[in-house]
This record gives sequence, structure tokens and C-alpha cells, in this order.
Amino acid sequence: MADGAAAKAWPVPAPDAARAPILEVAGLLKRFGDFTALHSVDLKVREGEFLTIVGPSGSGKTTLIRLLAGLEAPTDGAILLRGARIERRPANQRPTCMVFQSLALFPHRSVAENIAFPLKIRGVSRAARRARALELLDLLRLPQSYADKRIQDCSGGERQRVALARALAFDPEILFFDEPLSALDYRLRKTLEMELKDLHQRTGKTFVYITHSLEEAMVMSDRIAIMRAGRFEQIGAADEIYARPVSRFVAEFMGEVNLFTLEGRAGGLDAGPLQIADGVSARLGLAAGRRATMMIRPEGVAVLGPGETAEIMLEGRFHDTYVLGSRIQQRIDLDDGRFATVETLREGRIDAAPGAPVRLGWPLARTHIIAEG
Amino acid sequence: MGGAEHRLGLLAAAPLALVLGLGFLAPLAIVAAFSTMPERVFDLGHAPDFSGYAEMIRQGYWRSLLRSLAMALTATLILMVLCWPLAWAMARIWRRFTLVITIAVVLSLFVSENIRLFGWVLVLMKGGLIDGYLRHWFGVGVDGLLYNPPVIVAGLVYVYFPFMLFPMAQGIAMAPEDARAAAMDLGASRWTVLREIDLPLAAPGIMVGALLCFVLSAGAIAEAKLLGGRSVISIGDDVETAFTYAQNWPLGSALAVSLIAVLGGLVAIGLARVDLDRIMGRR
Repeated sequence: MADGAAAKAWPVPAPDAARAPILEVAGLLKRFGDFTALHSVDLKVREGEFLTIVGPSGSGKTTLIRLLAGLEAPTDGAILLRGARIERRPANQRPTCMVFQSLALFPHRSVAENIAFPLKIRGVSRAARRARALELLDLLRLPQSYADKRIQDCSGGERQRVALARALAFDPEILFFDEPLSALDYRLRKTLEMELKDLHQRTGKTFVYITHSLEEAMVMSDRIAIMRAGRFEQIGAADEIYARPVSRFVAEFMGEVNLFTLEGRAGGLDAGPLQIADGVSARLGLAAGRRATMMIRPEGVAVLGPGETAEIMLEGRFHDTYVLGSRIQQRIDLDDGRFATVETLREGRIDAAPGAPVRLGWPLARTHIIAEG
Repeated sequence: MGGAEHRLGLLAAAPLALVLGLGFLAPLAIVAAFSTMPERVFDLGHAPDFSGYAEMIRQGYWRSLLRSLAMALTATLILMVLCWPLAWAMARIWRRFTLVITIAVVLSLFVSENIRLFGWVLVLMKGGLIDGYLRHWFGVGVDGLLYNPPVIVAGLVYVYFPFMLFPMAQGIAMAPEDARAAAMDLGASRWTVLREIDLPLAAPGIMVGALLCFVLSAGAIAEAKLLGGRSVISIGDDVETAFTYAQNWPLGSALAVSLIAVLGGLVAIGLARVDLDRIMGRR
């Protein structure tokens, strides 16, 4: 690529183009010896979106991103970039680029040399490289005086930005991120999450980000893909996954949740500790012998006063209060040894002594039913 | 550091300092002093006239100095290329096997250098293994495998390769592995990665190995004597001859001081470019 292309302004994607898949993964399989890290997964990444792949460690997300970046070759399956197959192309022949967990900055090069490295490879002149590096320092809100600083003299957050600037200097079609924020402390991480989201909007690039932190995923992403044991469990907007998880795993992964098993009975419903009002059971439409899980988020649970009723009710004893900051979580022990969690604003908290009886309730509309396969 | 700790440190260093002072610095000082004395004197009670240096130039001893430096440089360059793949594999690819290689290489050092080189002589000499077998099979042998600079360089490469291999492997191991992957990901070819990432990051280790090999090779006597005989004379050989057969201590001293000065200068330049703290893992 010539100087001009590397130094061009960020393209603003047309609204309709933003929906077309830029990257498509079909039946992607990766085995390491006997271990299958990735079970023939499919995925479509839309142009210009911020997609986060999130899952517990060992779920295959790092393997997936290394395959996408070309640092590993798949055992089987296809990766298509704008319709062209790229899965056998090595990383240095793909127009994509990754920000590593370790950042992988070059310790023997200055900040500006690090940033301009991809331009040097393309044979961009020294002066043009320098100019672009300074522009990118600006974009990442680093002072231009940092250009000649040594990497060792930069703080964690600054290194983070240098790594990002270097990736942007490459001007990739897609930017991959392999948990780049995981080594930072909480406050800095929060700041950089915001900056990353902002940078995504300003550059219009497609970002594919992996993390084990759901919070990180929810703050930044347009869509979230949840991985578990080498497969995608659910892909969708954060809101959608939060409100309508397809499995207990996703429901629990997406934060604090109350889950109750329901089982259809001839002429009724076994709902365990739940008291379900007449007529509501029928609306659940659970055939005899069928099981399902009722999900209610802690913030959907109301504390019932004396004489108050709800479509679905639960009795228990007050256990303890956990202060989250602006919100309060409280735990109610149930008779069967399990517990329910209630989340309220500070002023809505239950004022009870430990062991005091508490009645909880919520309408059916606030629940989500996860069918069991 | 507290005062008490400081004194304790000095105390702990004292025995070795004494040994080095008496065993290393004092003889060096004496040699340096002798190098200024008139020819063939055996005490320092004469007016310095630097005739040893004059004779070194007049009789062409500087040629063996240059020859030794050239052979050392060649051997060092060959070692750099030769050791790189093995050092790379030891630092990056093999896990357990690296230990086996390390032990094998160290064990080879347990056999005296002279004995190992005599093995070469027996193989290469006229009427030796190669020549003998060739004569037996084909009726024609090969002369002249020994007593030339290339065979000496080969001997230097053979004897000093551990001194290149281990520092080089250490240098490679110090370089962060992700840096290569990142460079590749940013579009660099294998050669670019080698030039821009691998070599610069391993440079401290390579430099240390190169200095060790160069200094040891330049002063080497056994390789030149056994493999070079009387046809290729190294500077080390000349120094020994001057001190022994020729009984010309000032000449030998002048040769030794010249060698030390050249090597010392080169080492100083080399070390100035190397971050020793990083090699020792302090940063």
C-alpha cells in the first residue's frame, strides 16, 4: 500500500454497508491432538460492528481469535473475508490485525517506531511514517512528545494506547483484541473500555474483541457472542442476551439471576418453592413431563407487604445485605436450602432482621422461560 | 545501602580481590613494564627504550597479529551463523531436549582441548584416517588438509562453539515471543521479522557470545600449533616463542600488550552497546 492509502482519513461506513458481513466463519474446527478446542463454529461479523466474544477460560475464544488473525491454522472449516477464503493465509498476508494480551510491543523500538512499524514494512518513507505516528498519538490522546519515549518508560495505560495506535497504523479491515485490558487495574480498565468504544465509533472499524469479563463485553459491544466449551452458546445484543438467555449457562453467565425449575404435571405444575397464581400456570403451557427453567433477574423481584399478592410468589427468610454502590443486593434463604436474590435501589431495600420472614413476588411478564431440550 | 552492609560487602570481596590483584593485575603490570625494556634483558632496572615494539614492527610480527585477528573474526562470524538455528531451537522449540543438548555440549568441555584437537590431527594428517582410507580405496590420497588457515578456523569454530551457543540461546530466550507474532501479524515477512525483531532482541546475547569467541580465538595457541604447525603462526604462538625459545621477554611482552590493547579496545566498543543488566535478568 502506498503512503496515501496509509495516511487517509478514517472512512465513515455508509449505514447500509454497516450491516453486511465482513467476516464469515463457517464450520471452523480446531483440534490440538485429541483435544477439540473449537467444534465447527459459525459466525458472521457485520461491517463496522463491535463484536465481543466472551466465555470462561478454556472456552476456545483465544483459539478462535488466533485462527481469525491467522496465527494458527484451522483443522477444518472456512474463514471468509468479504467473501474471499483466507483460512490458509498466514497472518502477514491478511488485512487484519490483532492487539495481543501481552500487547507485544517491540521493546527495542521507541513509541513512534512501534506505531509506524507496519508502515515501515510497506516501505513508507521515514517522514511519512513519523507524520502518521504523530497523528495516531493524537488520535489516542497521547502527547506528541511521547514519540521518542522508550516503551519501558510508558505506563500500562500508555502502552495499551501505543499498541492500539500500532494496530490502527496498519489500517486493518478488522481489528482483533485478545483480552488486552486484563492486566490493568479496575479504574484504568474502565477508562480504557470507554476510550475503546469511543475509538470504535470514531474510526468506524470492525472490532472483534475477546474477554472473559462480561462487564467489559456489555459496556463496549454492539453484539456479544457467548462461548462455552468450544461452541457458541448465544449471539446477540447485550440487552437481548441479558433478558432472553437461551440456556441456564448463559443466564448465570450474564450476572446474578434467580432460576427455578418447573415441571409439567397432569392437570398442574410442580414449581418447587414458587406459588403460582391460578390461571398463570396454564399460560406457561408446560405439558406433563416437560421441564423448563423460570428466570427472574434480581431487579425484577418485588418485596410484598402484608396482604399484597403477585402472579408468582415466594416465601423465605431474610439472610443478608450486599451493598453494590448505587444498588443493593439482598439474599433471602428458601426452605429447600437454596436462596433468592433481590436487587433494589438503596431506598427500596428490605429492612428486616436476619431470619425474619419475607415474601417476594413478581408478574409472569417479567420472567423468561428457558425450555429444556 | 547502609554503611555496615557496605563494609561487609567489601570484606566478602576481599579474598577474591587479593587473588585477582596478585594473580592477574600484578603479572599484567609486570608484562606491561617489560614491554618497554631494551631487548633481551631479564630485569626491570633498565631505561625503557620500547625496542620490543620496534622489533615487533621491524620483524613483521604485526602480520601474525593481523592473521590471528582475521582468523578469530572469521571463526566468530561462522559461529554466529552456525549457532543461530541451534540456539533458536534450544530457546524456543525444544523443551526437555534443550537440557540434553546443554549437558552434551558441557560434557564435551570435560575432554581437554588438546586431546580433542589431536583427534583432528589424526584424522586429517598425511597418512591419517582420511588420507589413509582414500589411498586404500582409490589409490590417491589428499595432502595438505592440515597446516593452513582454514583448518585452524575450523578448529577454532569447533572448540569455541559453546561460548557462542549458550549466550546466543540466552539472548533469544530473553526476547518476548509475542513480538514475533505481532510483527508477522502487522505484515512482516520471515526475513523482516529476523532483521527487525529476532536479531535486535537477541543482540545482547549474540554480542556477548561474539566477544567471548573472538577474544578466546584471537589469543588461541593450541589450535594454531596443532592444526597450523609451523606454517601458520598465530600471535599467541609468537608470544610463547619469544618468552621461551627466544628468551626475549621485552619482545614477548610487547606482543602481548599489543594483543591485549587491540582486544580490550574491541571489547570496550562491543560492551558499550550491550545492556548487561538485561542479560543478567535484572531488568
